[in-house]
Amino acid sequence: MSNILSVLIFFPLIAGVFGFFVNKNSIRVYGIVVAAAEFLLSLWLWMSFDTTDAGMQFVEKISLIPEFGISYYLGVDGISLFIVILSTLMTLLGIVALSIKEDLKNMIITLLFLEVAMIGVFVSLDVILFYIFWEFSLVPMLYIIGAWGGPKKLYAAIKFFIYTFAGSLVMLVGILYLAYIYHATTGVWSFSLTDWYGLLLPTDVQTILFWAFFLGFAIKVPMFPFHTWLPYAHGQAPTVGSVILAAVLLKMGSYGFVRFSLPLFPDASVAFILPIAILAIIMIIYTAMVAYAQKDMKQVIAYSSISHMGVIILGTFAMNVEGISGSIFQMLSHGIVSGALFMLVGVIYDRRHTKLMSEFGGLAKVMPTYATIFVVMTMASVGLPLTIGFIGEYLSLAGFFKVSPIMTILAGTSIIVGAVYMLSVVKKSFFGPLANPENEKLKDLDSKELWALVPLVAIVIWLGVYPKPVLEPIDNSTKALVQLMHKKAQTDKAKKIILVSKDAKEAK
Amino acid sequence: MAPINFDLSSLNLVTMSPMLVTLVGALVILCIDLIKPNLDKTLYVTLAMLTLFIAIGANLSLSTNQRGLFDTILIDGVSLLGQLLILAGSMLFIPLALTKRKFHDFSYPEFFSLFLFMVFGFQFMAASDNLILIFVGLETGSLALYTLIAMHNTRLAHEAAIKYFTMGAMAAGFFAMGAAAIYAVTGSVEIFSIAAVMQERQNEIGMLIPVIGGALFMIVAIGFKVSLIPFHMWTPDTYEGASAPMAGYMSIVPKVAMMVVAIRLFGVYMELDIKVVKMAIIVLAVVTTTAANMMALVQEDVKRMLAYSSISHAGFVMVAIALDTTKGYSSIFLYYGLFLFTNLGAFAMLWISRHKYNIHHDRFHHPYSKFAGMIKIAPIPAVIMAVFMLSLAGVPPFSLFWGKMYVLSAIVDSGHYTVAIIMALNSAIAVYYYLKLIVYMFLKSPADNQGKVVYANRAFSLELVIGIAAFVTITSVFYINPLMSFITDLVGASGY
Repeated sequence: MSNILSVLIFFPLIAGVFGFFVNKNSIRVYGIVVAAAEFLLSLWLWMSFDTTDAGMQFVEKISLIPEFGISYYLGVDGISLFIVILSTLMTLLGIVALSIKEDLKNMIITLLFLEVAMIGVFVSLDVILFYIFWEFSLVPMLYIIGAWGGPKKLYAAIKFFIYTFAGSLVMLVGILYLAYIYHATTGVWSFSLTDWYGLLLPTDVQTILFWAFFLGFAIKVPMFPFHTWLPYAHGQAPTVGSVILAAVLLKMGSYGFVRFSLPLFPDASVAFILPIAILAIIMIIYTAMVAYAQKDMKQVIAYSSISHMGVIILGTFAMNVEGISGSIFQMLSHGIVSGALFMLVGVIYDRRHTKLMSEFGGLAKVMPTYATIFVVMTMASVGLPLTIGFIGEYLSLAGFFKVSPIMTILAGTSIIVGAVYMLSVVKKSFFGPLANPENEKLKDLDSKELWALVPLVAIVIWLGVYPKPVLEPIDNSTKALVQLMHKKAQTDKAKKIILVSKDAKEAK
Repeated sequence: MAPINFDLSSLNLVTMSPMLVTLVGALVILCIDLIKPNLDKTLYVTLAMLTLFIAIGANLSLSTNQRGLFDTILIDGVSLLGQLLILAGSMLFIPLALTKRKFHDFSYPEFFSLFLFMVFGFQFMAASDNLILIFVGLETGSLALYTLIAMHNTRLAHEAAIKYFTMGAMAAGFFAMGAAAIYAVTGSVEIFSIAAVMQERQNEIGMLIPVIGGALFMIVAIGFKVSLIPFHMWTPDTYEGASAPMAGYMSIVPKVAMMVVAIRLFGVYMELDIKVVKMAIIVLAVVTTTAANMMALVQEDVKRMLAYSSISHAGFVMVAIALDTTKGYSSIFLYYGLFLFTNLGAFAMLWISRHKYNIHHDRFHHPYSKFAGMIKIAPIPAVIMAVFMLSLAGVPPFSLFWGKMYVLSAIVDSGHYTVAIIMALNSAIAVYYYLKLIVYMFLKSPADNQGKVVYANRAFSLELVIGIAAFVTITSVFYINPLMSFITDLVGASGY
């Protein structure tokens, strides 16, 4: 099946449209079946994926607007493959764990449309197509936050939408400028990413374009000065919204850096390592501290999420294979861990309708399974060895160590601060005396929640112990990416910093 | 004095055929009313539709680059496209007359006859490159339009018509003065010979002042008609007073006609590379887009919001005139072609929800609160309205995204990066007020006085128009390529 990527995009779209005809009492089963089928399709993609091939696979290209060089151009490589699987998995588990009663039908259809946009973003190789999915993903998310959110849902939803929209419009101008340069150089219009990879841009042009793209991606990640929309969005979003937002939507930004900024503007990326690393470190340390100060469990995880995204950015801008493949692995691990943590918060919120830690305490006695899973995820989140969180964080930081040891040490404090705030959540909520009488009769996880959470626990441990099946394809494609960047780099500084492999220096 | 010689071959009446068709159609409707009054409005609607249909056919059958009416009519790609947009917009408008509730204006045959006269005037503007004929066309169209607005026959409609009339009269004055100034410099009212003379005398000392002065008068005149800030004062009030479809119509068709004039006239200045005029247009356009967006943010009424939004869209497109590239000029037509369907669709959605009397608000027919919780009461109209709003906001994959992308791309190509960034960020401001309506429709709970009110004016023809508009808005990705090459070919063939 060579057109499996199209199937992956259009199956949820069609299923979403058909969903309108399903009776609302049966919609949950419909949603689970569709999302499971989609997940199996994505697994099939992995099975038929040639892990030794570093290039784009399952490529489809149909000219859409030849007049303007826009085409329907899809492909997947080791970098995007696992993020696609992550999207389908989190959508499936999000639907399984849904506890929403009102307008369930609208929710499930919206989630399916959101899945279309997410997969589209990660498999598009045409920049306009990428942009279309990128922008379109805002609409379902706006609806999810706005319709099922908390008391300040409208404010949160609109803030989320406008922030991201503004950033991506600047990126659109950048895209159009790059297309114009391509047209001026070659005489034809093209928005194909693979065509653009062949462009050698002057450094001053790279600088302008780098910042135009940066704004679009940085708001999505969200990087430090632009992060203010995220706590609101998480705080107000329903559980499934937070899960998808943290697990997949934020990855669009960091994926954008890897897919666009680095290979298109290698010199500019190297030139701006310092300011971006400083932003990333501020993001890591500052938001970790803010996370510690939160009283609301969900806000702790929201801020910790920003903090971990900082490590991803740092790894990406390490400009070597370890750093970049570590950051991509960290995207997956962050997606799984923070998704699971948001689900866990949702579980307790459904029972008690509060997320304040002061309301809890001693929960481990009444909800032992819940507490166990929470602790496992906490360990993964702080990066304990043999969990998924360790590998990505370690590789990212090890990669950046070659660039700047001091900054890496600063960023490494995140592991300590992260342990502090996450463990304090665990301590305040699960241990100590069972002070609040309302907590005495809480039910432990039901089967629905177990079905959603146990696979995540399994993945956390499996990939923590044996990451090779995932890490290898990522590594392959990252090597190809770094080679491309190295080849394209024009300044001496960039040539020196972009390391293809450890012995590249001796080879020269 | 030499005797004046007319060469009848230069009459070339065929170039006027699309206009003559609408003119004859208007007269036929008048005559029918004369002979047999009290016929139903469906007859006139159908007749007007047929007239416009024939006019489109006549328009499409014309070959480009010919002149007629003693060289005062110029049929080139731009005039073909202009007329096509005018006729298509009119065809979308006319069926909106067949509403369930009875409205004063649409029950008169004179309405339809005046409407066709107006279309005739606008066609004339688009097809002529003679400043006097453009003026005649402008006045024919505008005077008919003032009357059409007033025929809605509410207090606000009268106010709207009078406001528009006074402002329009002033704009006409500016146009006449501008034309006079240009005539004083060049001794001609034909745009092509104006260009030639200007080029010749460009470097004479003291020439620049009258040349630029003429241009500034023209900018003011055109600014009034396409509602650029600060010449926009009439727009929101006029749109509010006019019936919803008429407001939607005004936001497109007269502006298209004026845009064609602007392309022809300022094309000359751009060709001569007169920086002041270029700068003036860009500054006006940027100010228009930004300020109109700010004002739209605070509106309480959806129709007034759409009025300001259409001002900001006009500003957005206006930049393209100052670029002097084929892509820039093509993007104007592409943008208005897409905007026509989306915006008229949005106004038609207001029209379909229009109640005979004001039951929602002391003053407004369409306050935001009227649409609260529409998804619960009427899911499909709510979704369609949301599609129109997202399209206006420029969210892909809806149609106006392509227009916006093409205009932005044209701006970037010509090196105006700052302008491109400002325009892009403006879209982010604009998305707030479009989202506001979506938030009301989808995320708020319905008000008590609702029920079936949303559907008050429902009729098959309205649903058909809205359906067509929604279809065009949603499926844009499939036709955008042929449309783009069609427009670019025609504009390129006209030498722009």
